[in-house]
Amino acid sequence: MTKPTAAEREKFEPWNDPTARPLVEFRNVTKNFGSFTAVDDLSLSIYEREFFALLGPSGCGKTTLMRMVAGFCEPSEGEVWLAGENITHMPPYQRPVNMMFQSYALFPHMNIEQNIAFGLKQEKMAKSEIADRVGEMLTLTKMQDFAKRKPDQLSGGQKQRAALARSLAKQPKVLLLDEPLGALDRKLREETQFELMDLQERLGITFMIVTHDQEEAMTVADRIAVMEQGKLIQIASPRDIYEHPGNRYVADFVGDINFIEGIAQSTNDELIKIETADGLIVECNSAASIDKNQQVWFAARPEKLTVSRENPVVTGSNAVEGEVWDIAYLGDMSCYNIRTDAGKILKVTQLNHSRTSDAPITWEERVWVSWTNDAGMVLTS
Amino acid sequence: MNRTWSPYNKISVTLGLAFLYLPIILLIVYSFNASKLVTVWGGFSTKWYAAAFANQALMDAAWVTVRVALISATIATVFGTLAAIALVRYTKFRGRLLFSGMIYAPLVMPEVITGLSLLLLFVAAGIDRGFWTIVIAHITFTMCFVAVVVQSRLITFDTSLEEAAQDLGCTPLNTFFTITLPIIAPSIFAGWVLAFTLSLDDLVIAQFNSGPGATTLPMKIFSQVRLGVTPEINAICSVLVALVTVGLIISSLSLKRNEIKRAREAEAMRA
Ligand SMILES: Nc1ncnc2c1ncn2[C@@H]1O[C@H](COP(=O)(O)OP(=O)(O)OP(=O)(O)O)[C@@H](O)[C@H]1O
Ligand SMILES: [Mg+2]
Repeated sequence: MTKPTAAEREKFEPWNDPTARPLVEFRNVTKNFGSFTAVDDLSLSIYEREFFALLGPSGCGKTTLMRMVAGFCEPSEGEVWLAGENITHMPPYQRPVNMMFQSYALFPHMNIEQNIAFGLKQEKMAKSEIADRVGEMLTLTKMQDFAKRKPDQLSGGQKQRAALARSLAKQPKVLLLDEPLGALDRKLREETQFELMDLQERLGITFMIVTHDQEEAMTVADRIAVMEQGKLIQIASPRDIYEHPGNRYVADFVGDINFIEGIAQSTNDELIKIETADGLIVECNSAASIDKNQQVWFAARPEKLTVSRENPVVTGSNAVEGEVWDIAYLGDMSCYNIRTDAGKILKVTQLNHSRTSDAPITWEERVWVSWTNDAGMVLTS
Repeated sequence: MNRTWSPYNKISVTLGLAFLYLPIILLIVYSFNASKLVTVWGGFSTKWYAAAFANQALMDAAWVTVRVALISATIATVFGTLAAIALVRYTKFRGRLLFSGMIYAPLVMPEVITGLSLLLLFVAAGIDRGFWTIVIAHITFTMCFVAVVVQSRLITFDTSLEEAAQDLGCTPLNTFFTITLPIIAPSIFAGWVLAFTLSLDDLVIAQFNSGPGATTLPMKIFSQVRLGVTPEINAICSVLVALVTVGLIISSLSLKRNEIKRAREAEAMRA
């Protein structure tokens, strides 16, 4: 129950360890609803103590996947394994996993204490032990003062904590969280994200979370799985998902990004030279093996581009001239949409380092957008 | 919504209510009439109530009625609740539409037809008519009312509550008794009260299906009225009206309270 050291945290990558046994395993799982395929031949391993996030657009099958772990939904094909046991057909009330529902699903006719004790009573645990465990959970979620309240006497945030306490009380092998923070306001959500991470580290329970919010997934997760239409597109750490997306879909889904389409010209020494249809030359460091004359996309995040009045680049590449099309002032940074002379909109963000600026870049001004050789990446699909 | 009432609305509502309730009010007023003549006011008195409660035949009939109502309402509540669950939860079984239509048909079926067809059934099956045939007949016709009341509650029931219970290790059967039943209990109770009051004041169906020795209060009143209305009858009818009114108020209150609570919850969810 201690916080892992920085070294341990660095090392925690069981998915790269061939000897590690997965805790939850989907083996070629397909789920059909009538003729509709919600989950499509999906294989996935989740490891002990991992904080695993499922990310994807609405209707891509995240909830369905999670419900197959909880037992509310049986795969049409394939198997689900938990801790070395095939649980594909095990009913939900026998599975050592617990779920926190999006609607919290607190029992309205029981107070918070009784809600938390409900799962323990099913185990026929001794009364004194139940009382101890309930107390522990109330303390853990800072809900001591609300033990005797009914769910409808609690605020949204308090209900969320009560639901969390209830789902943790049985010390499940895996805790499933389906958009747990959806109903909370932004500030409370951010606070709760850190509390969730803290809890997960202290209890050592594997968390599997579904979220719509990519920032949330990046904040809490050890690994993120990006899904689309029942298929896994990429599984990687938040940093890799952001900085090394496997394709344009992932790059676009997680964060903002600019794409510049072009043809690979030369590919020597891990430096790829791309030329676009309107003659722009892009140079980019990349380890990917790319053929000459292959169609590729140069992709760069807005914060990795720079906007300036003069062209700062001397080599004649990685810079494009345009006109300020739109500016959004976000407080901590400003977001510029620059319309290049070829008619393409590039998104650039810049931190507002100082509170005042004598001559800020303004609408319809002529500017240059430039970037370095390692600002972006080259994608082939 | 328009909260101020136009004169037109006021008049139509007054007329409508008067049309519905004036006869009943007259009946209650005349039950306190000291005169033996039903339509001539002879001063205030409660003596007819005393007389009615002293009338053994009337009291016997009342006792039969209460027993029939208690038994039939209870059984109808069990069946009606089960039917409602089947209709709301098992949406995919074959013939569901037919089943739901059949459950609700007695709601609009003329009582004469319900009564007569049950009579035919009992005759065909060779069952002697009496107390139990009335009970069975009342179960049949009140069950659909219970089903409607419980069904409307079940439709808004959040099934994730049941999933949460199972997720926490509770078997489906236990989940029904510890989670579902307590939460829908107010609507089941409302259904029971409704069935009870319906059985209490039914005349037609009881008339068809009763036998010797099983006379319900409405039947007794009806047969006495044919010999002339006495203030005694007015008194016992007023008691019946009071009982039914109280029953209906309890029923709608327990539904209403639940509704308000749920509305509050929904509000809290949004907030
Ligand atoms: N019981 C069901 N019957 C038929 N179709 C279903 C059922 N449950 C889910 N689906 C379909 O399967 C698809 C995936 O649903 P799922 O709930 O897993 O999506 P999701 O990724 O959780 O979406 P969201 O982010 O909106 O919650 C959807 O297109 C949905 O319509
Ligand atoms: Mg979902």
